Amino acid sequence: MTVSALSLAKESILAPANLLERDIDQIIGSLLSAQVDAADIYFQSSRYESWVLEDSIIKQGTHNSEQGAGVRAISGEKTGFAYSDQLALPALLEAANNVKAITRQGQQRQIQVRPGLSAPALYLPVNPLNSLSDQEKVDLLHRIDRETRKLDDRIEQVIVSLIGVHDSILVADQDGQLSGDVRPLIRMSVTVIIEDTGRREQGSMGGGARADYGYFLDADKGLEYGRQALHQALINLEATAAPAGSMTVVLGPGWPGILLHEAIGHGLEGDFNRKGTSAFSGRVGERVASELCTIVDDGTLVGRRGSLTVDDEGTPTENTVLIEKGILKGYMQDKLNARLMGVKATGNGRRESYAHLPMPRMTNTYMLPGQSDPGEIIASVDKGLYACNFSGGQVDITSGKFVFSASEAYLIENGKVTRPVKGATLIGNGPDVLTRVSMVGNDLELDSGVGTCGKEGQSVPVGVGQPTIKIDSLTVGGTSL
Amino acid sequence: MQNKEEIARLEAVVANVLEEAKNQGASAAEVGLSIESGLSVTCRLGAVETIEHHRDQGLGITVFWGQQKGSASVTDLSEASIKDSVKAACSIARFSGDDRYAGLPDPDRLATQFPDLDVCHPWALSADQAITLALDCETVARELDPLISNSEGATVNSHQGISVLGNSLGFLNGYESTRHSLSCSVIGQQGDDMQRDYWYTVARNANDLDSSRYVGAMAAERVVRRLGAQSLSSRQCPVLYAPEVAASLLGHFVGAISGGSLYRKSSFLLDALETQVFPDFIRIHEQPFLPKALGSSAYDGEGVAAQAHDLVTDGILASYVLSSYSAKKLGMVTTGNAGGVHNLTIEPGEQDQRGLLATMDTGLLVTELIGQGVNSMTGDYSRGAAGFWVEGGVIQYPVEEITIAGNLKDMYQNIVAVGNDVDLRRNTRTGSILVAQMTVAGSTE
Repeated sequence: MTVSALSLAKESILAPANLLERDIDQIIGSLLSAQVDAADIYFQSSRYESWVLEDSIIKQGTHNSEQGAGVRAISGEKTGFAYSDQLALPALLEAANNVKAITRQGQQRQIQVRPGLSAPALYLPVNPLNSLSDQEKVDLLHRIDRETRKLDDRIEQVIVSLIGVHDSILVADQDGQLSGDVRPLIRMSVTVIIEDTGRREQGSMGGGARADYGYFLDADKGLEYGRQALHQALINLEATAAPAGSMTVVLGPGWPGILLHEAIGHGLEGDFNRKGTSAFSGRVGERVASELCTIVDDGTLVGRRGSLTVDDEGTPTENTVLIEKGILKGYMQDKLNARLMGVKATGNGRRESYAHLPMPRMTNTYMLPGQSDPGEIIASVDKGLYACNFSGGQVDITSGKFVFSASEAYLIENGKVTRPVKGATLIGNGPDVLTRVSMVGNDLELDSGVGTCGKEGQSVPVGVGQPTIKIDSLTVGGTSL
Repeated sequence: MQNKEEIARLEAVVANVLEEAKNQGASAAEVGLSIESGLSVTCRLGAVETIEHHRDQGLGITVFWGQQKGSASVTDLSEASIKDSVKAACSIARFSGDDRYAGLPDPDRLATQFPDLDVCHPWALSADQAITLALDCETVARELDPLISNSEGATVNSHQGISVLGNSLGFLNGYESTRHSLSCSVIGQQGDDMQRDYWYTVARNANDLDSSRYVGAMAAERVVRRLGAQSLSSRQCPVLYAPEVAASLLGHFVGAISGGSLYRKSSFLLDALETQVFPDFIRIHEQPFLPKALGSSAYDGEGVAAQAHDLVTDGILASYVLSSYSAKKLGMVTTGNAGGVHNLTIEPGEQDQRGLLATMDTGLLVTELIGQGVNSMTGDYSRGAAGFWVEGGVIQYPVEEITIAGNLKDMYQNIVAVGNDVDLRRNTRTGSILVAQMTVAGSTE
């Protein structure tokens, strides 16, 4: 790779708008005054496409094009923010002028942008939208539909969607550090609806990465999503009422790591901890999990959905240890919260787009593998629940209460996984659920690349993962007492 | 208060894009354009935290090549960029499948009456005024009770926007609307127990907002009453949904009777039309023409006239919620619901929340729900909840870390009463809803 993401980003954002680096100097310079602790301008140019097949025809296709810049100035804990979808100097200077009002007065400063910290690229600066022709994309969806329908004649409906994003960003800060990134993102999902003697169920499976569409052709991943979606629908067709109450719960590897995202991840984001509003506030150094648990947030995994070469403030991402052998080690930080807490930024400053303010967000959050064989873990449970697929979750940061909803679950009886039960919500308390982890498997898996996290109205792509784990007691929200 | 000149300018832009689509060979097209601006100010612990200036614009286009369809959207409204966008939509259309149901709405369904719904009341709000209002609100909340220990702040929002819709059948209309809100979120602490809660007010006209004093006091009272919460043992009992969470029950209902779920056969209310879905005292209807209301609109997302009509009469499902496309797929007629329902209203009963607590006698009052946990195909329902345990019609203590579960079909049939404590802050207007029995799971033995 000879062309850097920074120069590609400059070419795709600044050149079409006839903006020069010295225009960025001028905008940043106009923001600075004695009272401004930090300032930045974030440029973005983004192309998005989606294709949806349903009823065996391509039913919907969309192409979105979005561009703009967000300008921010920070004085102490105060933030001023404005954005413009016009990439033109007058509009950007006007945005800067609005933002500056936060500090009310001041002398302009001269700055000159220069390249910021460099980090090894975690993905190629490719444009997924151009990696297959439209005909090839359409043919791929049709093939997945045809092959999936062949698997079972009870299939009523197959819905296949394909999404590609080509996102270029540039961010310049008050010190003149200029960082850029070109971020490909792709996602595919397959939903199968099945009917058998009047009962209907559905299953969904998908995957994605920071790569081009070739990712899905490799090992025919799309067909595998179809098979797994069908499997889930068939299992649910047979499911009976889930149990209600507190019991031993074994979570499968991979996507069930959504537990970590909800139970501890959000509570360890720097903003909540600076403000003292998290159930984990002020607890660094304390035991919050059993000693079997080591949990990291790692933005540096190659090609992963939650990975970023640099975050949206230009900080290279890191592999941050959140919990080590059960002890809380630290929080995930953006620049603002790191400065106010007197620690270093961890490369977790993320934003949905130029029209949103950055804040501390997760990247890929997972638990490291332990010693136990997954079979041994199941065999150790007399009576409990085995859950291996989930549809989502949510947390109340302040009380620490979190939920995540199983979409594929089974009873464990006398050390064996027996019959499937209907999806149910699991609820627990973040600061103590992991203290009840009594076995951790040696089978670490990361999710297939479909996670999206919402916080204060902003969505960003994330990853999760874990080995099989056993939680000695967790409340299962079924209907059967 | 409509800005006629600006609306006319944007209508001309939409007309031009429709023309461009025709020139590029599309047989039909639909174009939506919206421009919005606003100010959002948050104050926390007595000081300004953020001042955000918003300005968003977006243009969306859908083109048809016979029975093939493609869409595109763009934020840059320059001529070149719009041309590219139309081209992208046309290109997609040529790769999409021949769908005999695709197309614009039937011309005779398009809205021809555009009553003034009184939805535009600009607020000349300076950043300084917004700061004062947010500070007042947060101060009231923080000073209400010594148990209030921290704050997530108070936020003032004021937004104003113009939305224009046009299609190649000659429909072209634009209108301006406003939306203002004030919210406050504070935290209380008692021993190790920390709780957060919030309250908000929202209106088309800033004069209709609740006072900053009221919003701050509500936020703080809601926090204080949650402190000392415990879990419950698992049991079956009646559940009273407070209005702020009852709206979600109606949301699941609308999802299940929406055309998309019906033609995909992914609804738990398949073939339920003209059957008894609720008890016979329940009426649910749409009120698109309510002056000043948040969900008011003369037409839906494709220009079809909105209808004031019943979805449920005497507990019987009277209408689905359909767009032109889903209606055609089902062999029916659009109900003017492309993009959703307008001021969905469940007819209030006689009792306020206190009266409903007495009716329930012993059971669970739910004031917060978290997580998704609803299977739209089977109606199986299991969500995280927090609220209060009630005995003898009186609140005993706060509860948390519990789930409530059942099946929506049964829950709808088992509604005992609807309160008159209607929450008017959202597109779904409902009072408290009492469900006869659900399964509660908790961690207490």
